[in-house]
Amino acid sequence: MMNDKVTNILLSGVGGQGAILASNILAHVFVEAGYDVKKSEVHGMAQRGGDVTTHFRYGKKVYSPLIKYGDVDFLLAFELLEALRYINYCKDSSKIVINDQKILPPAVNLGQARYPEDIPATFRKFFNGNVHVVKGQEIALALGNAQAANVVLVGAFSGFFPEIKHDMWVRAITDLLPKKIHDLNIKAFEQGKKALT
Amino acid sequence: MKKVLQGNEAIARGAWEAGVTVAAAYPGTPSSEILAEIAKYKEVSAQWSPNEKVALEVASGAAFAGARAMACMKHVGLNVASDPFMTLAYTGIKGGLVIVVADDPNVHSSQNEQDSRNWARFAKVPMLEPGDAEECKELTRIAFDMSERFDTPVLLRGETRVSHSDSLVELGERKAPKVPLGLDQKQSSKYVMVPANVRVRRVVIEERMKKLEAYADEFPYNTVEINDPAVGVISSGAAYMYTKEVFPDYSYLKLGMVWPLPKKLIADFFKKVKKVIVVEELDPFLETEIRALGHKIFHGKDLIPNMYELSPEIVARSLLGKKYKAPKIRVKPEDLPRRPPNMCPGCSHRALFYSLKKLGAFVFGDIGCYTLAAAPPLSALHSCVCMGASIGQAYGAGKALGEEGLGKICAVIGDSTFLHGGIGPMMDTVYNKGYSTSIILDNRTTGMTGLQEHAGTGYTLAGEPANMIDYEKLVKALGVKHVRKVDPYNLKSTMQTVKEEMERDEASVIITENGPCMLHRREKRKFPHPYYTIDTEMCRGCKACLELGCPAISWVEMESTTKDGKKRKGTVSINRLQCPGCGLCAQVCKFESIVPGKVGA
Repeated sequence: MMNDKVTNILLSGVGGQGAILASNILAHVFVEAGYDVKKSEVHGMAQRGGDVTTHFRYGKKVYSPLIKYGDVDFLLAFELLEALRYINYCKDSSKIVINDQKILPPAVNLGQARYPEDIPATFRKFFNGNVHVVKGQEIALALGNAQAANVVLVGAFSGFFPEIKHDMWVRAITDLLPKKIHDLNIKAFEQGKKALT
Repeated sequence: MKKVLQGNEAIARGAWEAGVTVAAAYPGTPSSEILAEIAKYKEVSAQWSPNEKVALEVASGAAFAGARAMACMKHVGLNVASDPFMTLAYTGIKGGLVIVVADDPNVHSSQNEQDSRNWARFAKVPMLEPGDAEECKELTRIAFDMSERFDTPVLLRGETRVSHSDSLVELGERKAPKVPLGLDQKQSSKYVMVPANVRVRRVVIEERMKKLEAYADEFPYNTVEINDPAVGVISSGAAYMYTKEVFPDYSYLKLGMVWPLPKKLIADFFKKVKKVIVVEELDPFLETEIRALGHKIFHGKDLIPNMYELSPEIVARSLLGKKYKAPKIRVKPEDLPRRPPNMCPGCSHRALFYSLKKLGAFVFGDIGCYTLAAAPPLSALHSCVCMGASIGQAYGAGKALGEEGLGKICAVIGDSTFLHGGIGPMMDTVYNKGYSTSIILDNRTTGMTGLQEHAGTGYTLAGEPANMIDYEKLVKALGVKHVRKVDPYNLKSTMQTVKEEMERDEASVIITENGPCMLHRREKRKFPHPYYTIDTEMCRGCKACLELGCPAISWVEMESTTKDGKKRKGTVSINRLQCPGCGLCAQVCKFESIVPGKVGA
């Protein structure tokens, strides 16, 4: 039974990390499950290494494409600093998946700013057991392609949504990706799923 | 059948369902995807035009010939296309003509923040404003019917949070348009805008606006929801979505047509609710017009910001005032290092701008990825106004400074931007005896907006081989006598060439060669080494390579000594996964500490 509540998922990362594909997978499965969905992202300059966020919302009826500040139910972050940047969007009960990867921003590269230390610990201070750090890149590299890290993360994230059956996730992957990388990405998804449980 | 579509995809779908056969555009965020999507439908002849003015002229020519046609652009694109646009309001059309204009509130990727609704009032042309993808599709489809019914071009306003948001869309069938194809010479009094005809058409416009006002009252996407009658909100587009989200119990008048306004519907709404609040993004457009109708508005731009984009929390905070409960601050976001966009590792623009920086030139810039050269550490671009402005401005500055400016001024402009708006000012520089040097950064694509083809790439939007502009021949035909080509990755020779041309007391052009965009699918520059690496025993930590601002190079602070006993505060490190081996950093290093990496090492 579907209730009226809209669920808010914020995806954050760096341009080029594949957050858009991840949000397309989410849209695919939640539409198949019968929900209304909306998602919003900023394109354009973001592909040049800037920070990118996608607001993803599903429920019986969704109005705003943007999540209200402080109303995020789930944060899926593809990079550590880009997780921290959106910590205030979360509420105390938020569930959080963070990819254990650092991509240094320009000021850090130049030695003018420091990359924040131990970001997972900062999250655990506020969200305790609801914080999950996944070695997305490591897992994807072991499978032969670091590019599949985004799907590893989606796999880890999928554990929060037991009503979405495994074959629906697989269908999303096979519908959205070219055939020659189906196997890789299905494996990435499954490995990611294991990483969280 | 329902499908998740992006707003821009839905606009393309709506146009296709309406039977559109000609679509033209120049790419511009957040509108670019519309043409790429519509090009996938085989019934549509879709094209990238050199600029928005040309795109609108192409589309309107098709409409004069009876076809349903569409021109798409970002908000500043309509400034460029405004000349045909303003007069097309007089001529009207034959086949339906829809102009999509996508605003960029909050300036995610633009040179200004303007509210395109003002164009509708200015030109006396109706404007529709969707709030999500379903409305994008439906309102686009309806816009074509409206265009033919009222013999007028119709504006459809997109904006970042509608154009780039995805939601469910009910797909429909394509319907053949009813207007027959063909040109009619007897219609010349309608299409020839000479004063005698214009005066007649001027009256037609006023009569048309009256008819459109009456239609607005029955327009199916101007909708009234009466919930709590204490507060009524008048809103449109994304602003409606945010407000409905945070105040679901208020009453609403949601406008799908934002010009002209439905006078009766508005008057009725004021009777049905106690207080009216207007929530709109950017200018007080609806507010001003509704006040002018004599209505008393309780709140509008006194509370809602008139700049940047709205969001659910901005609407909540603005309307709730002291009652707004701010969420918890766990980490101050201003304490975190920012992550602005940057040129890609290996980008040929970085090479060119490093040279310009070393030469100390005042660089008149233009619109494209290379505008990012304004940011530190390069800080090598000193103006950016609009498409094509660099060349005219550099020429004008030279006129003002005379001999003082020689050797100190240049213009930089990308290939696509040059074709868009750089040819006229270059002609002017030669004709009026200016001396500036224009550097055409030919990265073989329209980079910033996502790698679209243009008249200089040799391919059309549909991927068919096409004529390819020869920039050297083109600028020589404009009268430029000194045209040179440089390999931007060769810093020494680039600097020498640019220096010589900047010192010349005549117009000159430098074209970069073999520097395709790093994201280019078809063209790739072959670098001699797969990547570069730091000889950590030799690196003196001088930070010279960091001046390039390459994302692959980072500073590692740690006091130590080099192999030969020199003290250093740290060393740099090159991220092998990011480094494409362009070798710029090796050219910049004075201590031979940056060396080619080996395959398999």
